[in-house]
Amino acid sequence: MKDNGSYQPYSYFQLMEVSLRELLVEKGIVTETQVAEEVAAMRMRTPAIGAKVVARAWVDDSYKQKLLENGSRACEELGIEVAALKLVVVENTPSTHNVVVCTLCSCYPRMLLGIPPEWYKSRSYRSRTVSEPRAVLAEFGLRIDENMKIRVHDSTADMRYLVLPMRPAGTDGWNEERLAAVVTRDCMIGVAVPKSS
Amino acid sequence: MGGLPAGKVEPAEHDYADWERRVDALMIILSGGKGGRKLMTVDELRKNIEALPPDAYDRMGYYERWVTSITQIMIQRGVITTDELGRKMAEIDKRG
Repeated sequence: MKDNGSYQPYSYFQLMEVSLRELLVEKGIVTETQVAEEVAAMRMRTPAIGAKVVARAWVDDSYKQKLLENGSRACEELGIEVAALKLVVVENTPSTHNVVVCTLCSCYPRMLLGIPPEWYKSRSYRSRTVSEPRAVLAEFGLRIDENMKIRVHDSTADMRYLVLPMRPAGTDGWNEERLAAVVTRDCMIGVAVPKSS
Repeated sequence: MGGLPAGKVEPAEHDYADWERRVDALMIILSGGKGGRKLMTVDELRKNIEALPPDAYDRMGYYERWVTSITQIMIQRGVITTDELGRKMAEIDKRG
C-alpha cells in the first residue's frame, strides 16, 4: 500500500500504524480486507449524502418536519445508516443562524459529510466558535446580520448536529438534484450559506 | 478548550493520506464496526488523547494523536504488549 516509485522512509507515526495493524492482523483481531473495505467505504461518504437530505427537506415539507423531529430516523428513510448516533438537525431561519462545533474533539456527522476538514479540528475553530461565533464566521467570509441570532451547537460523541440551511432565492422549480448541488459541506456545518449561482 | 482565546481560523483542507485513513478504519473496526470485535470505546480514544502532554498534543497531527491513543488502548487492554510493539516497529523500520 506504499507509494509506487518514490521511496520515503516511514514517519514515526506511520511506523506505529503499520506495526499496530500488523500485530492486530497476526492476532486475528482485524483483517487487511476489513481495513481496506472500511477505507473504501470512507471514500464513499461525502457531503453529497448530506446534500441529498437537505434537498429532500427543501422540496418536501412533511419530510422536513420528520427530519427536524428525528434526524436519525429521517436519514434512515433515505437509506442512510446513522448507526446508534443521535442526529439533530437544526434549521436556519431568517432570524436564526446555526453553526456546529465540537469543542472536545472532532465529533461530526461523518455518515452525512465524510471525514471532517482540517480546520474543524483546529484549536482556533474549537476554542473561538463558542465565544465569538460572528468573528469566526467572518473569517470564512460569512457576515451574519447583527439582528440575527447565532446558535452554536457543541457536538458530543453520541449526538451530532447538521445544519439545515435556508433554500436560496432564485431556485423555484429546481429539482432535488439541482438543489443538492448548491448545498456544500460548509453550509451544513454552518460556516457558509447556499447560493443559487 | 471551548471558549479559550486562540488565533484566526485557517480554512485549511488536506486530503488524508492512506495511513491516516487506515488509522480511522482501525478505530471503527476496533469499536465494533464492520463486524469487528468491540475492543475500545470513543471515550477511551478521547481519554488517551487528552492524557498527552500539552506540547505533544499541539505538535502532533490529528491522526498521529489517534494512532497513539489506539495503540495505548490496545496495550492497556492487554491486546498487545509494549514489547511486541517495540519489536514490530524495529522490524518494520529495518524492512522499510
